[in-house]
Amino acid sequence: MPLQAYLILAAVLFAIGLFGVFTRRNTVGILLGIELMLNAVNINLVAFARFNGDAAGFIFTVFTICITVAEVAVGLALVILIFRIRRTATADHLDLLRG
Amino acid sequence: MSLEPLAFGGLSVVLVGSALAVVLVKNLFHAVLFLALALTGTAGVFLLLDAEFLAAVQLLLYAGGVVTIVVFAIVVTERLVGDRLGQTSRFIGSGMAVAGAVLVGLLLFIRQEPLAEVRPPLDGDVTRAIGDALLTRYVLPFEVLALLFLVTLLGALYFARPED
Repeated sequence: MPLQAYLILAAVLFAIGLFGVFTRRNTVGILLGIELMLNAVNINLVAFARFNGDAAGFIFTVFTICITVAEVAVGLALVILIFRIRRTATADHLDLLRG
Repeated sequence: MSLEPLAFGGLSVVLVGSALAVVLVKNLFHAVLFLALALTGTAGVFLLLDAEFLAAVQLLLYAGGVVTIVVFAIVVTERLVGDRLGQTSRFIGSGMAVAGAVLVGLLLFIRQEPLAEVRPPLDGDVTRAIGDALLTRYVLPFEVLALLFLVTLLGALYFARPED
């Protein structure tokens, strides 16, 4: 398959993830959308690395995967903390910082 | 080699279908399971791109680790609030408009560029190349990543510590 096919697949997945981030009310649902978007980016990185014969893209993918896992761990810890304090997981209810 | 388009097509269908399910199903728990399917499908795409090591990392860290953490968070928050977490969507129309606009923009950009049609032949083992590069040229970012993980673990533990 040409590089283009992989890039189109990644673009579609990215758009779906973006749609999820925009439309989900639940904070965990928003995190799932972000996961999809980051995943699409990883496909792009690996495809470019393979087609350009450069290992740097693979290295970058290792880093994005690791950092995403860290992000999810902190994000979900925050969700649990917010849940304890405010008893809600809906993003619309978290307007503590609204002036 | 002739199996590649077939495998790519199958994986694309699975990936797009499960991604749509992640953003559309009502039950949050089902959404997480579909996310696991999408992440496993991505590992398959990595295999198609000759990156076996990354496919293994993807399965271990994403499909294993992330999904476990998310399921755990859902269970904990449901216990705290005492009822099931449903999830509804809002702004469907404008969400579709924005996501569609981004998709069209990306596709136009991809069409514009002259891109490689065939991949160059593999020179050596990809896993070996990753290992060599990680411990030579990219050793400093690698160590910083270890530090990031330490800070993340401490931070997550601090946030989620038991109430006193």
